[in-house]
Amino acid sequence: MSANVQTVLKRHPNAKRDALIPILQEVQEVEGFVSREAVTEIGRHLGLPASKIYGVATFYNQFRFQAPGKHIIQICRGTACHVKGSAAVLDALVRQLNVEPGGTTRDGLFSLEVVACIGACGLAPVIAIDGEFYAGVTPEAVSEILASYKGKADEDGQVA
Amino acid sequence: MAKLLDEKCCDRCWHSPGKPCPDLVACLAGVKSCHDSPECIEARQQEISMLRRDDVRRPTVFVGAGTCGLGAGAGKTLKTLRAYLAEKAIEADIVEVGCIGLCAAEPLVDIQMPGKPRVSFQKIKQDKIVQLMDEMLDGRVPQDMVLGQFRSDKLTAWDGVPMVDEHPFFAPQTRWVLANCGLIDPGSIDEYIARGGYRAFADSIRSTTPKDLCDVVEQSGLRGRGGGGFPTGRKWKFALNTPSDQKYLICNADEGDPGAFMDRAVIEGDPHRLLEGMAIAAYAMGASKAYVYIRAEYPLAIERLKQAIAQAKEYGLLGHNILDSGFSLEIIIKMGAGAFVCGEETALINSIEGKRGMPRPRPPFPAVQGLFGKPTIINNVETLSNLPPLISNGAEWFSAVGTANSKGTKVFALSGKVDRTGLVEVAMGTPIRQIVMDIGGGIPGGKKFKAVQIGGPSGGCIPTQHLDTEIDYESLKQVGAIMGSGGLVVMDEGTCMVDVAKFFMDFIQRESCGKCIPCREGTRRMLDILKRITRSRRNEAGLGALERFQGVMYLTRLAESIKDTSLCGLGQTAPSPVLSTLRWFRDEYEAHIFDRRCPSGVCKDLLHYRIDTVKCKGCTLCAKKCPADAIMGAPKSPHYIVPDKCISCGNCEEVCRFHAVVKE
Repeated sequence: MSANVQTVLKRHPNAKRDALIPILQEVQEVEGFVSREAVTEIGRHLGLPASKIYGVATFYNQFRFQAPGKHIIQICRGTACHVKGSAAVLDALVRQLNVEPGGTTRDGLFSLEVVACIGACGLAPVIAIDGEFYAGVTPEAVSEILASYKGKADEDGQVA
Repeated sequence: MAKLLDEKCCDRCWHSPGKPCPDLVACLAGVKSCHDSPECIEARQQEISMLRRDDVRRPTVFVGAGTCGLGAGAGKTLKTLRAYLAEKAIEADIVEVGCIGLCAAEPLVDIQMPGKPRVSFQKIKQDKIVQLMDEMLDGRVPQDMVLGQFRSDKLTAWDGVPMVDEHPFFAPQTRWVLANCGLIDPGSIDEYIARGGYRAFADSIRSTTPKDLCDVVEQSGLRGRGGGGFPTGRKWKFALNTPSDQKYLICNADEGDPGAFMDRAVIEGDPHRLLEGMAIAAYAMGASKAYVYIRAEYPLAIERLKQAIAQAKEYGLLGHNILDSGFSLEIIIKMGAGAFVCGEETALINSIEGKRGMPRPRPPFPAVQGLFGKPTIINNVETLSNLPPLISNGAEWFSAVGTANSKGTKVFALSGKVDRTGLVEVAMGTPIRQIVMDIGGGIPGGKKFKAVQIGGPSGGCIPTQHLDTEIDYESLKQVGAIMGSGGLVVMDEGTCMVDVAKFFMDFIQRESCGKCIPCREGTRRMLDILKRITRSRRNEAGLGALERFQGVMYLTRLAESIKDTSLCGLGQTAPSPVLSTLRWFRDEYEAHIFDRRCPSGVCKDLLHYRIDTVKCKGCTLCAKKCPADAIMGAPKSPHYIVPDKCISCGNCEEVCRFHAVVKE
């Protein structure tokens, strides 16, 4: 029994099916991802089989089923970003982090996610790290941006 | 500043949350007083004038802190500004506003000094703010940063500073929906009321019947701004005329179209406008519960919306028995979980019900049987945000702007290869050329315009020869595009149209919900075909070449089948980007198919590299970096790329210091 999941479920007493997505979102918010245990607990709370919950959760892009890295890098692959060269930026990220989109680096520092559109098309191409935006990113700028996060981690002494 | 609501004009005011005054909004706005006292109205008007910032008592700095502003560095600007004011002990107000729309010039900082009109400055990163503040506090306007000053009839204008409304970006615009964006504090309901907000709603629930309201909207000619263009008033009537104990209104803020961000900007910059629009719509169709289905990728917009709903509740403008009219409305925020198909009405309903976001067959239409089986109306953010000015000014005012069949204005998110990217609101009937060339300032770097993509993955491209097409639901259809939600992505000669088509197909096949076969399988096959078209001969084995030609022959037939047989709008419009690029840029497809050449130099597989023997110094760097051992040559003599071995990775071009590698 995870205490985090229980706190979320307590916020939704007598919940019905329509509370499923908000519950999943809140669980991911506190835990970082949706674990197997969380799915079973949510199922018990809502009276739904785990298969149904997986059916819904895997349909939506937002939900993760593995623990994410310390920093989450989101790269926008919207039309404006594509036209301005986000494919090259993605290539650079994949090469430097040595991880495919959707994966986490071996040191657990970065997770790379591709999002359809962040909605900052005027600043294309855009990447967001932990919600902080970087505008007009070039493949050359990628290493600098990544280095600033690696540096922070070194200072904290938290590098795995 | 204390809240308007907390300050009673005098003891005669009897408003309380339990017993609301029907004239509350008019009273707060200083238009009317229940006890007919000119002094009370006068006092209110003074407060309102302060809130509108007709003049300020101390320097006021406005920082554009929408997502695009923050992305450009407004957060750091704000921090430096606070430190500056604290260090010098200067009394000034800082207001965080939404986005005025000129994303290319972010971070935008406006400054208003007492007795002077507000001046807007562009690209104020943290290193510039100190100089800007020094000069402004000294009474000088730094000319190198200025964007323009706002027009004011009461204050004396700054000398030699251009007007914002004469700026080429703003001059051709008609800003109705965006009227307040970037000007007011989105976190203050008072500022919205001070600019005439909530009046249309308060008047409507007192003196207009729902049916009359539907009639006004129908007469105005307002059509759905989400893309379909269905007349809004008529849609409401379907729900109004369906008897039911419960009806729902859903605001579709699931702006999934990659390349569109106007809903985000409206909610971030002026959330109360959306709430008022929703309240009007809910009253007109008889709904007592409304949902905002908003993308989870917009955290700032969600936060602003939550704050706005809480304020409106406090003021009694949402909740039970609003302003003693007997009308109740509850607004609930539902966060989308990242599925493009949820922009489709019935898929969105499924998602709110906690199911997979898959469309339902229609009929029954949602207006008759929608959310939880009850009559439901789904309107887009922009449609709803049009309502407050429409209702206060009347149907005739609204329909005076626009073309025969498309009335009012349309907001576009202008992005891509254009000088001034940003949010643009123009009257219907404006030629696209004016939006791209005048407002957007044309293509940067002296490059040639190729096309503008309108309507996102469901839309099409408009080539140079049709650039004079007017913004209008029907005329856009004639050139193979759609109005869509308002993404406008400009492409120049460096953009490959086959690559753009491939990009959209890749997007659509990933986002296809998988319910119906034409869309699920068809879009995947179309992507396969496009991938084969952009594939180099060396990556083709066995029957590859035959499959490639078979695909090319079937491409349009497949596209037509998907269009005719898909269940929902997503599938029916999925082939549009391919059909549209095929129609206008056939020569590019032919270059890819027959010559295996990408004229724009984008499709990596089709690029050929060659070493210029005159420029090459024989440094051997490229040969060392080549992953395929395709570069031959002795040190200090010109090198050579073996075409059959080259995998077109481009490493040699990247490392060459003499620019000797030629891409063709």
